Amino acid sequence: MRRVTFPHMGESYRTFKMLLNDLGNEVILPPRPSRKTLNLGVQHTPEFACFPLKILMGTYLETMEMGANVIVTSGGVGPCRAGLYAELHKKILHDLGYNIEMIVFEPPRLYPFNFIRNVYKLNPAKLSIKAIIECIKRAWRKLQALDNLEKATHVIRPRETLSGATTKTYKKVLEWVDEAYTTNQIVEAEKAALDELNKIPQNPERIVLKVGIVGEIYVLLEPASNLEIEETLGNLGVEVERSMFLTGWTRDNTWKETVEGMTVKEAAEPYLPELIGGHGRDSIGNTILYAKRKFDGVIQLAPFTCIPEIVARTILTSVSRDYQIPVLTFFLDEQTGKAGMATRLEAFVDLMKRKKMLLASGS
Amino acid sequence: MIRVGIPNALFYYVYFPMWKAFFEELGLQVVTSGKTTKKLLDGGVREALADACVPVKVFFGHALSLKDKVDFLFIPRIVCLNKKTVYCPKFLGLPDMIRFGMENMPAVIDVRIDTRSKKNAVFRAYYSVGKLFNKKPELIVKAYLKAKHIQKVYQQYLRKGLQPPEAIELIFQNKKPRLTSQSGQLNFGIVGYPYVIHDQYISVDIVNKLRRMGVNVKTSDNLSPLNLKLQRYNTGKRFFWTFSERTLRAARYFSNQKKKLDGIIHLTAFGCGPDSIVDKFIQFDNGTNGIPFMSISIDEHSGEAGIGTRLEAFVDMVKRQKRSEQ
Repeated sequence: MRRVTFPHMGESYRTFKMLLNDLGNEVILPPRPSRKTLNLGVQHTPEFACFPLKILMGTYLETMEMGANVIVTSGGVGPCRAGLYAELHKKILHDLGYNIEMIVFEPPRLYPFNFIRNVYKLNPAKLSIKAIIECIKRAWRKLQALDNLEKATHVIRPRETLSGATTKTYKKVLEWVDEAYTTNQIVEAEKAALDELNKIPQNPERIVLKVGIVGEIYVLLEPASNLEIEETLGNLGVEVERSMFLTGWTRDNTWKETVEGMTVKEAAEPYLPELIGGHGRDSIGNTILYAKRKFDGVIQLAPFTCIPEIVARTILTSVSRDYQIPVLTFFLDEQTGKAGMATRLEAFVDLMKRKKMLLASGS
Repeated sequence: MIRVGIPNALFYYVYFPMWKAFFEELGLQVVTSGKTTKKLLDGGVREALADACVPVKVFFGHALSLKDKVDFLFIPRIVCLNKKTVYCPKFLGLPDMIRFGMENMPAVIDVRIDTRSKKNAVFRAYYSVGKLFNKKPELIVKAYLKAKHIQKVYQQYLRKGLQPPEAIELIFQNKKPRLTSQSGQLNFGIVGYPYVIHDQYISVDIVNKLRRMGVNVKTSDNLSPLNLKLQRYNTGKRFFWTFSERTLRAARYFSNQKKKLDGIIHLTAFGCGPDSIVDKFIQFDNGTNGIPFMSISIDEHSGEAGIGTRLEAFVDMVKRQKRSEQ
């Protein structure tokens, strides 16, 4: 019996589970990455491989234990390392004696046949093409709903009067979306969930800082890997805007570039005219856009030894100076501790607050 | 005279003869930063991001030392030269890192070379560099041809078994390499990136160290491009980066030479992104053929003694195995 699994990335698993179930697969849900996941992953991966590779390795090993034997994941065409990770994972897993099948989705714009073949492989229910498109559309709507809910929590959390209320409500309403199946139900559940989130008592008087988050996609989207930085910032009274969501990224990489994608590229042009893979150029472009929109600061998240982000970080020193915007970088790996990160964040927030006060009193 | 600075790092070990010949033919003065020293590296470590790999830090150091000595820094943005693979993201962003990562740097000539986009992209790039200095087209073409010729001579020397620093000295200073030992008893292949193996400071001069222990050394730079092209490596997917792909192919070539070769060493730099994968693949690939394999990673703190001990131990082990086989 084929049991399918996939990488854990934020709340997106709810969508993938639904989609794969619809196509007739038995799904093994990947557990949320934990200490155990990391330990497993670190054991079997090269030391200097980046953080996502290690987490994914751990996740795969955990799901293998739970009986999974097919892994669905994404590929890539470089020059970022992540494009080769699926092959490396496969080699390591085979070397460890796991008999698994790896289904790797390459960008369909470049490899249309790979895409069709993969969909065919994942379709034991033998749905018609029309039905498959219907399923994908529905899954897409759900993904959007999940992203919208997350965005809402970023705005509400710094203003909540009762600490922890947003996180609690968010967890509750996620289940509503999770249970929704038809498109109508998803839309309804999303609306109800947003209403519920907006009902959280808020303090409009509070001075709220605005911070943009840029960086590498996996550590941005998986809260377990960035030690819930958005929640920590929200509790410190900071409204977070993340530069990347799964829906936006998927659109940029599958269909065609979005307007946002284009402007980011333009903004980064004077500093980095070359695509360096990963999200190096996006980090620079988004930082500039945030600065132009008068944000109070930018936080860059990157896995340890991530090449594109190192290039971006080197250039960001100039951007930060030219646009007068503070930038704080976290290179994350299995050694990063939550307390250390919280301390650095508190100091950063204090600095931004002081700067904002000075500007307000000066003008 | 206009002075053009070429840092002795990264692409220096691959294209320096061509660049120097080209600029000198155009009537410009070429200034290099010399061999890596402790002071130079310290400068680089201070300026570059802590998380960058050693070669990039070395490059920062070299660029920094040229700061007040030149009018231009020549750091081309080499994206792709073989229509298939690109260079590591750090190379793609190199001119920008130097320009925006350090203050008061001289102007950077960052001509983009990508053979996938246009025909004759390499010539076009050189032509636009010549035009930048307002040189006549005939002169640029002449300089380009001369540069190509020198590069060919350089590659012939490499094929004959000279290492890049020796070949460069032979071409420009007519200095014959002094061979430390005539013929050693053992033959080793060293794979890795030229800018790691041949930077005598950060690699603690591994090539000459091995030669002094009576080992004949071949590096991936000594193999002919055709030979490398014929090697098949089994990774399931083409590698994205030129240098990494070359390293994999070289490792493959060496591992097929069971009769001629006694050991393979992979030299890698701390924090090198591509190498984290390359090394694992070489290990998987090498598992079956039985040639002793060692992977050494170096960084800005690696000491002469530490690497020396490991090399000695490795050589002793290989020697013992060889004796027991006879």
